[in-house]
Amino acid sequence: MTETALDVESTTSRTPVLSARDIVKHFPVHGGGILRRRIGDVHAVCGVSFDLYPNETLGLVGESGCGKSTTARVVLNLQPATAGEVSFEGQNLNTLGRKEMRRLRRSMQIVFQDPYASLDPRIPVNEIVAEPLRIHGLYENGGKERVRELLATVGLRPEHGNRFPHEFSGGQRQRIGVARALALEPKVLVLDEPVSALDVSIQAGVLNLLQDLQSELGLSYLFVSHDLSVVRHVADRIAVMYLGRIVELAPAEELFERPAHPYTQALISAIPVPDPRKERTRQRIVITGDVPSPANPPSGCRFRTRCPKFANELSEGERKLCIDEVPELVDRGQGHPSACHYAETAQLL
Amino acid sequence: MPDNINSDVAPVPTKPSGPEKRTRVEREFTVAERSQAQLVIRRFLQHKLAVGSLVVLVLIVLLAFVGGWLWKYDVSELTGDHSQPPSWDHPFGTDAIGHDSFAQVLRGTQISIGIAVLVALFATIVGTIWGAVAGFYRGWVDTILMRIADLVLTLPLLAVAAVLAHNTQGAWWLIAIVIAGLYWAYVSRVARGVVLSLREKEFIEAARALGATDSRIIFRHLVPNALGSVIVNATILVAIAILIETSLSFLGFGVQPPDTSLGLLVSQNQTAVSTRPWLFYFPGLFIILIALTINFIGDGLRDAFDPQQTKVRA
Amino acid sequence: MTPTDPAATTGDTVLEVEDLTVQFPTDEGLVEAVRGVSYELRRGEVLGIVGESGSGKSVTSLAVMGLLPKTARVSGSVRFNGTELLESGDKELSRVRGRGISMVFQDPMTSLNPVYTIGDQIAETILVHNDITKQAARKQAVELLETVHIPNPEQRAKAYPHELSGGMRQRVVIAIAMANQPDVIIADEPTTALDVTVQAQILEALRTAQKETGAAMILITHDLGVIAGQADRVMVMYAGKPVEKGTADEVFYTPRMPYTLGLLGSLPRLDIKTDRLTPIAGSPPSVINMPPGCPFSPRCPLAEDICDQEEPPLEPGSNPEHLAACHFSYRVEGHEPTDLFRPVADDPLPAGATEGEVRE
Repeated sequence: MTETALDVESTTSRTPVLSARDIVKHFPVHGGGILRRRIGDVHAVCGVSFDLYPNETLGLVGESGCGKSTTARVVLNLQPATAGEVSFEGQNLNTLGRKEMRRLRRSMQIVFQDPYASLDPRIPVNEIVAEPLRIHGLYENGGKERVRELLATVGLRPEHGNRFPHEFSGGQRQRIGVARALALEPKVLVLDEPVSALDVSIQAGVLNLLQDLQSELGLSYLFVSHDLSVVRHVADRIAVMYLGRIVELAPAEELFERPAHPYTQALISAIPVPDPRKERTRQRIVITGDVPSPANPPSGCRFRTRCPKFANELSEGERKLCIDEVPELVDRGQGHPSACHYAETAQLL
Repeated sequence: MPDNINSDVAPVPTKPSGPEKRTRVEREFTVAERSQAQLVIRRFLQHKLAVGSLVVLVLIVLLAFVGGWLWKYDVSELTGDHSQPPSWDHPFGTDAIGHDSFAQVLRGTQISIGIAVLVALFATIVGTIWGAVAGFYRGWVDTILMRIADLVLTLPLLAVAAVLAHNTQGAWWLIAIVIAGLYWAYVSRVARGVVLSLREKEFIEAARALGATDSRIIFRHLVPNALGSVIVNATILVAIAILIETSLSFLGFGVQPPDTSLGLLVSQNQTAVSTRPWLFYFPGLFIILIALTINFIGDGLRDAFDPQQTKVRA
Repeated sequence: MTPTDPAATTGDTVLEVEDLTVQFPTDEGLVEAVRGVSYELRRGEVLGIVGESGSGKSVTSLAVMGLLPKTARVSGSVRFNGTELLESGDKELSRVRGRGISMVFQDPMTSLNPVYTIGDQIAETILVHNDITKQAARKQAVELLETVHIPNPEQRAKAYPHELSGGMRQRVVIAIAMANQPDVIIADEPTTALDVTVQAQILEALRTAQKETGAAMILITHDLGVIAGQADRVMVMYAGKPVEKGTADEVFYTPRMPYTLGLLGSLPRLDIKTDRLTPIAGSPPSVINMPPGCPFSPRCPLAEDICDQEEPPLEPGSNPEHLAACHFSYRVEGHEPTDLFRPVADDPLPAGATEGEVRE
């Protein structure tokens, strides 16, 4: 897709550790009956491109059904892409054989949202953390020590390694998940809503841990979340997704100071802040309706059915463009790329 | 509504640390170390009917295997007492030619339980792996494997068993294999169902993300987690196998004399119901006791494995 | 409406909860889900109840509504317009539910019947408590749908719950809740299952419902942001008890309980760039077989010996309306989260833990 958009990002002349180009992921929808014929597709991800640079956190935010989690899984090759290309350090994942892919998994790991479902309940914690080492034949070489070390790294007591996951609290389990992901010394960590299942008072500790690990180990994070506040806190750059597409991509501070896409603006203004006075005086852009079905997305700009700009500001002639043409993710003079034909920055905070 | 309540009550049952010398920090709330298996056992022990049944079943098994060995009469021994009603010397009486009925029932129980356990083991192992593979791979692997299982399920069990068992010359382990050969398909359906839901769990995805091979995922993660349902199913299978064996032997396709089984005993003595009822009712009682206790144990196990068990109880 | 002697109610208080406790006997021991909650709800105000999972915030309102299972042991007093609800029979309670107090739950599907159209369900609610014709009730139902901003209410009234999106369903539930002009609307995590853009719509619909009916509202949530924007007064709950109570401004700007301060410090902010969060160490306690003392003390940076022996009462400081349950609330006042809590990443399992026990 938009080379221009990516050029802006790569002015730093670093080489990305992970690149995604035009990822498309469709899920078939089958009809009822015996034949279960394919009657359509859910367009979960439609042409998503981004680069992840070393030691950087890229936030991927959006509401449910926007395709952010699917994107994360396609990037890790846990689900095959319908089209598009993912490369890790220049190596194209699509062309790798099963064995090579398995080897590459050492460099790319994932932490899941649900700390209850992501740990096998029948295996003690030591073994859970040791599993990646065993899979890749690294356990024989001081694996036991390494497991103790990993547990200590994530702020748990190694002595408790012989316990089962259900004996730990949610926050502690999430730390176990992080320890498992770190076991193979990956370069990229995909964090899929890592704190959304945790209570507020526990979230902070896990977020701090992730920050510390990044600076100590030089990790790159793809941080997937629906929570813009959390993403602002951790991310260097943020990609906002809506219905399978990235609608805006900007450095974190810039995104909050000068959001250009109407959806980003609506999202920012919809999130309540824990400050009563600010809440009372805040200007809100309330968007109407719900996210359309990804099985039958609107033509042109996918946000137009809910877009306050489309509804209130644009003339009939201007709207035609939104209906007919998919807006590209390019910089239209706002300093960062956004996918709106009539992008315009606003100050909301 | 109950969800609402449960979500607000701590999900993990916890116990406070010892009430005596508590230092400041030590007042935190702790969980005693308990493995999944220990939890299951604990919950099972709360099921009184199941525990009682287990005791009865263990007694029956001990009686059959140890008692049968110690008992003064042998199965085929002719005692010289003909058609005696139960007495101290012959607790279950004797038949017309002088066999001690107690010795026969014990031997019959041995054979019946042996067949049942073998059926459960064989059908469970084959069925679980079959179903797990089908459920894990889905697609055409699933289609082929499950259609084969469906085919087996459509075979009229008794008729096939009768035909096959005819050629077994009454060897009990062959009979067991015939029954298992028809019953594994049931197990495979159960196992597939469980695996289908398990494979969507994040820990399976996590294993895949770590680069685990398919066989590792199946045998290290899927099968152990499906074990709960499979064990429950296996217990029920033991009860079913006992009854199937009984039916086959009753119809004359099962165990052949001079060896004996509970079904055969019932069959041989059905004519004696009115004249020498002990010959018929004692083996019958054992069949009912074994089938019933195993069913209750299965109930208890199902409750024990069911994670919903943390619910609030009066 | 329940006929009451106006003199019996103190001023404008519609709902008065006093020393409410809820216990569940379980195999593991006694679960003390609510351990003495008292509050007054004044006509037309919004009371926000905030707390983490297990704090007893939901159970409190279920007890008020008489919706707890039979195994629950409830004690204390709940007075609605002067009528004691805990001693009322089922008949009496049914009249209060829906007519006097109505409820909005987190999952709208649990309160909607999948086999009736939403219009019928709203009309049904109206008919139960009012003597009007079906026609009139249906007409009112459509009006209610319009009030909660459902487009094409006429047509939508004929839809079944499954044909609507989550946000739309929640609006229907709100419409049902306001159908009989209740005095109190209890909203239990009404937006937790929804996306933020939809959450904003639902909060607005709730506001409209509250204004239109003149009802007082109890808003239960774990989201401090939602509370900040919606609540007039706030009650912070921890381990089954209110630990801080005051106006929204008081609680957010000058918290007097370390837990409240800690919560604010552990929250990533949308409006401010924060470099480092200050987490609260450890996890919320289990409410089974609670030891004596302040339940927050194991996680509290200010805790001293007295905290383990005596549970502090909810007391006012210089401001009689701003209550906190802390022996050292004077040491919390006027402090920033970073003054008290350390911005660490560890989840330090307390030192001196006996082997064979995991800190929960």
